[in-house]
Amino acid sequence: MKLGDLTELAARNLREAVLRNSLTTLGIAVGVASLVALLSLGVGLQSLVDRSVARAGLFDIISVRARQSNPFGQPGGGRRPRDASDATPPRPLDDAARKQIAAVPDVLEVNPEVRFTAEARREPLSQLVMVAGMAASSQSSGTLDGMQGHFFSGPDAGEAILQGDLAKRLLDDAQATSSLLGQEITLRFAQRQALPPPSQQVATDAPNQAVGPDEEAMGFSIVPSEKRLLVVGVTPTSDSGGGPVGFNNAGIYLPLAVAEKMQVVQQSDLRDVARTSEAEGTRYAALNVRAASPTAVANIETRVRNMGFATFSLIDVTRNLRTFFAIFDMFLGIFGSLALAVASLGIINTLVMAILERRREIGVLKALGAADRDVRQLFFAEAGVMGLAGGVFGVLLGWAIGRAIQFATLIYLKRQGVTPPNIWSVPWWLVLSAIAFAIIVSLASGIYPASRAAKLDPVEALRYE
Amino acid sequence: MSVAESESSASSNGFALRAERLSRHYHMGDALIRAVDGISLEVATGEFVALLGASGSGKSTLLNLMAGLDRPSSGTILALGRDLAAMSSEELAAHRNRTIGMVFQSFQLLPRMTLEENVELPLRLAEMPRGERPARVREALERVGLAARTRHRPSELSGGEQQRAAIARALVNQPKILLADEPTGNLDSKTGEEIMSLIAQIHRPPAGPGRTIVMVTHERALAERYADRIVTLSDGAISREERLR
Repeated sequence: MKLGDLTELAARNLREAVLRNSLTTLGIAVGVASLVALLSLGVGLQSLVDRSVARAGLFDIISVRARQSNPFGQPGGGRRPRDASDATPPRPLDDAARKQIAAVPDVLEVNPEVRFTAEARREPLSQLVMVAGMAASSQSSGTLDGMQGHFFSGPDAGEAILQGDLAKRLLDDAQATSSLLGQEITLRFAQRQALPPPSQQVATDAPNQAVGPDEEAMGFSIVPSEKRLLVVGVTPTSDSGGGPVGFNNAGIYLPLAVAEKMQVVQQSDLRDVARTSEAEGTRYAALNVRAASPTAVANIETRVRNMGFATFSLIDVTRNLRTFFAIFDMFLGIFGSLALAVASLGIINTLVMAILERRREIGVLKALGAADRDVRQLFFAEAGVMGLAGGVFGVLLGWAIGRAIQFATLIYLKRQGVTPPNIWSVPWWLVLSAIAFAIIVSLASGIYPASRAAKLDPVEALRYE
Repeated sequence: MSVAESESSASSNGFALRAERLSRHYHMGDALIRAVDGISLEVATGEFVALLGASGSGKSTLLNLMAGLDRPSSGTILALGRDLAAMSSEELAAHRNRTIGMVFQSFQLLPRMTLEENVELPLRLAEMPRGERPARVREALERVGLAARTRHRPSELSGGEQQRAAIARALVNQPKILLADEPTGNLDSKTGEEIMSLIAQIHRPPAGPGRTIVMVTHERALAERYADRIVTLSDGAISREERLR
């Protein structure tokens, strides 16, 4: 029999016992709904964590630092090397290293990490804050989701983005953090200034200049300095879904180039002054390497370590997190599938009942020329149609249940004074998979009844009253 | 031998159906029931044979074997030259769909379908294109005088009308052989006469080719009036044969 005729006859047969078939279909729908509701919760929670981790730059960022020499001088004397790459001699983290790392496959960009402590002042209030340089790529990485205002107008703009909590502390209580947009703040920080060669130190009274790369070998002095910045963006506060924004988590963000030019004293400067250096050009405290994808992080880390640097990424942490969610989703899926398994018994029961009721009809079909295959396919089609209808209805029901859970969570968290995150998500793959799963389970449930119907002896079936 | 060769061979032999030492035995508890026991019978193309006999004589079993609804325990049964016992299940289904048409005592119309849907069923099973079906269904229903009742369900028809609808369904695929199992058994005598007239018309229509008919009945009078030959069965074997025409 052709597929069109098969489907038409199957749908007609299902309509004839509408109450029983509707109840069976409802059973499948409830099973699918529980599966969708539970999995959408799991997927929602996972994407919530993924978003937070992605915003923190944990997936695709590797922090690279110069490896410290073994403080005990003897390999194996105090501690054993962690792996083979530790045997590579440490190297200065300089321009040559930056270029070499940038050339590693799957590395999108390499930016210096500039972080320092400064005093942020907006009369009459002031706060001691951590300041960080922010690369232009952060604009599209999702790290500033929910930010009020806009990103830096250019790489050299004297502009700042404030973390919401800091913005609050620089304002009177009553004011909204957005009122800081377009206003100026002053940063007071410790600046390096190059010392002139010893011969010139006596001969001239010329003021010291900010330290350039070529001058560092001569040492530097530290002087207080100030910079006025225009506030162009304010990130959400921590109690409204905002949070740390990566390794460079800070209270104030500046364009990276601006932060570099400020020649702020960094912790590593003191160490570098004490050491003889073979560095070429600028020497960096740390470099942030952005990988093309999280899957490339491990490979890049290995290669960078082999160059003689120390690396740090949270890829292992995220891998464990993903494993956790895979297991979590699996358990949710199993619990959700239990209802579908019960529903599949309903399908078997309905179809077996249908065989008993339609025994004579099967006999007539066979007498008119239906092959065993036709009868089998007819019952399969009926199971498949119930699975499809139950799957579609179940997805809608599951979606509604998920919305209800989300709504209830929203009300509860709002009462707790927390801005509720979206903990529920129904992606397309879940919708399609749930419907496909319902059809597969229904077809599997139809195997026994369909085979039993196909094997009916037509002579016996025609005699059946 | 191909189907076409078989059919032409059958035509040349002049037999639509031929049974040779045909048996159908089955067990009922410990007892062996010999429903059909070594019957040899030939039905010529275009012949109308009535199978007569008491209840349990094996006439319906013989008809089921001819229809390919049942398989013999031993012996052979040829329909248009093809051995039904050697056919696969799929081939037997095709035989039931295209070579024979069946009419039952209790009509066996599907109660949830309208008349036209009932009559269309063999065409669906034959995978006939949808566009060609309505004309064939209409033609079959017109032939039995039910063209005006196409949208009615069986329960809305009289017994005679239901049997006529069943005959239309049996003929819609234009089979060469019509097998009827007590077609008047559930009808009053007047309606039974009408149905027998219809079957006689199908056997020898005013125009066009006729059909081979094998009819099971227990009404000797009807058999004598319409059949070419009466074969009487008793205890699964042929006890008497009478050629009438």
